[in-house]
Amino acid sequence: MSALLQSVRRVLAILSKELTQLRRDRTTLGMVIMIPLIQLVLFGYAINTNVRHIPAALVDQANTGLSRALTEAVEATQVVRFTERYVDIPAAQDAIVQGRVRAAFIIPPDLSQRVARSGSVGAGLATPPSTDEQTSRPVAQWIVDGSDTMIAGAIKGLRAMPLTELLRRPANRTTPTFAVALFFNPEQRSAINIVPGLVAVILTMTMVMFTSAAIVRESERGNMEMLINTPVRPLELMLGKIVPYIGIGLVQTAIILLLGHLIFGVPLQGSPLALAVATLAFIGASLALGLVLSTIATSQLQAMQMTVFILLPSILLSGFMFPYEGMPVPAQYIAEVLPATHFMRMIRAVMLRDAGLTEVAGDSLWLLGFTLAGLLVASLRFKKRLD
Amino acid sequence: MTEPVTDPVIEARGLTRRFGDLTAVDALDLTVEPRTIYGFLGPNGCGKTTTVRMLTGLLTPSAGRVRVLGHQLPRDAERLKRQIGYMTQKFSLYDDLTVAENLGFVAEIYGLGHRVARQRIDALLSTYALEPMRNRRAGRMSGGQRQRLALAAATIHEPALLFLDEPTSAVDPENRRDFWERLFDLVDAGASILVSTHYMDEAERCHRLAIMESGHKRADGSPDELMAAMGAQVVEVEAPNLRALKQRLSALPEVISAAQLGSRLRVLVADRIHDPVAWLRTQPLEPVPTALESARPSLEDVFVTSTGSHVGTGGQRA
Repeated sequence: MSALLQSVRRVLAILSKELTQLRRDRTTLGMVIMIPLIQLVLFGYAINTNVRHIPAALVDQANTGLSRALTEAVEATQVVRFTERYVDIPAAQDAIVQGRVRAAFIIPPDLSQRVARSGSVGAGLATPPSTDEQTSRPVAQWIVDGSDTMIAGAIKGLRAMPLTELLRRPANRTTPTFAVALFFNPEQRSAINIVPGLVAVILTMTMVMFTSAAIVRESERGNMEMLINTPVRPLELMLGKIVPYIGIGLVQTAIILLLGHLIFGVPLQGSPLALAVATLAFIGASLALGLVLSTIATSQLQAMQMTVFILLPSILLSGFMFPYEGMPVPAQYIAEVLPATHFMRMIRAVMLRDAGLTEVAGDSLWLLGFTLAGLLVASLRFKKRLD
Repeated sequence: MTEPVTDPVIEARGLTRRFGDLTAVDALDLTVEPRTIYGFLGPNGCGKTTTVRMLTGLLTPSAGRVRVLGHQLPRDAERLKRQIGYMTQKFSLYDDLTVAENLGFVAEIYGLGHRVARQRIDALLSTYALEPMRNRRAGRMSGGQRQRLALAAATIHEPALLFLDEPTSAVDPENRRDFWERLFDLVDAGASILVSTHYMDEAERCHRLAIMESGHKRADGSPDELMAAMGAQVVEVEAPNLRALKQRLSALPEVISAAQLGSRLRVLVADRIHDPVAWLRTQPLEPVPTALESARPSLEDVFVTSTGSHVGTGGQRA
């Protein structure tokens, strides 16, 4: 038998041994299915970047029909929900400090005059010509817990709220400065962006976790001393260890995308081939990364801690939660090293923006290089000696 | 197994291994002849496992030269691996695989052809009485069964040299006897075996053995040679209060050791006393012995005289 054939047989032996062990490990097998399932449903519903129903306090010092109409108009935007009512401003501020509300809406006693003035000139626009001292005064005030920038941003969005309804003027009197056409997600549903990203997050977690424990487990259970006494080569061991998990990664991807389509209506705009290439490249990179960790860790617990160390930046820096472009440049460099960043870019491009093979080629090649480098490093780091 | 070898299967000179400040094995010289069982006798922590790991190429010696089956170590460790079998002290096959799966895995790793592998596995299962538990998981078997499985896996590729590191530490005496029968069968078929142990009865079965103590080889030879060259004579003493007598005897400079065996004391007297029984009678002992009798030395006596320490025959572990 040729040396290559022998080598392939050893890889297959390790591969089938891993599969048998995996098949008997019901808990792990259950996690393979349940982790993507639960996380998809949980995050698909829970993560919402459109902030709505912020609890707010109302201080209505005018207490007129107009002020009540204004309050209703504000609540109709669904951005805030008035849960508390106070007579004076300090009480509302206390409520913010205590965290009972995130914002307070203060309607001054002279509301009708302010509205009348703004209405006479600005035709309902909240920013009347600033040259006019009299008409540039806002009609009411918001006090906001500005520590959360997303909540602050949502309330700031109310600044330009048109008052057309209050003034019983036709709505088409207001003309925005810019026209905005929202491509790919016109309804602005967060799930469209979240679900493809979840594939990257869940695969990072499971793939890195599985393989980071793979080599360490052999040592921890005492099998390594037997294994390194056989003719098996480090690279054969590495390959045999990761190949079974490629299948698992594909199964998890399929679960997330299928359910994402059925439950959240996430489309697949681009080519399935490009999706497959990108996913395989990413699975390979994650598995290789896990193997490298596995040659560093000396126990399964350490391997787990290292996995978390990789997982957190993969969630926070990869563009899953916050736009990559918004990060400072050094952070972008760090993000660029993480396989998840490249995959995040590719899977969103393919699924949402009709990207094909040519668009994902660059990131895929990068991940392929990462995979090969990781395999090489892991094989070199792995010593068939105990010293 | 290939043509009969006459060169030593293991030759080590000045083999040394240090772990930081600790010298686990110190300038060990070792020669193991083919088709023999060579024993490593010593208490836990004396460097037996370290030596075995150096001889299998798992550990790099700090100093010294080693040739195993003609391969220079550690340089040719990978080439050596196909020709040796190693049964580790701790069970190192997969608990969650069945007997047949474990053996099949090892056979594949050693590159046995499918047909050869099947024949070997069937033969091993019947040799080691594992046929009935072919499909049982290794983790659910008794100590004796696991040990037989480990030996079967270590010999599946018919190695010329077999290393066994305390192979019977988790096994009852009857299984131990059977196990040694299998070892002699392997030697009969042409293999050489190096076995480490802390059991005297096991050491006595070896063709040759080395007595190890804290990294040093204190003595080596066949069990008979070792007993003949012990440098002490054995007297068995009976007396009413053995504990008190033992204290008195131990205080005498000519007495190397006195150990109680049931209702008798086994006393090792230095060789410079010509007639130890007569000599003991002249000693002012309290209580006075009721019977004194010369006895045949055992391997444990050899161990005590060469190391100055006492190894129990039980299974105590450090």
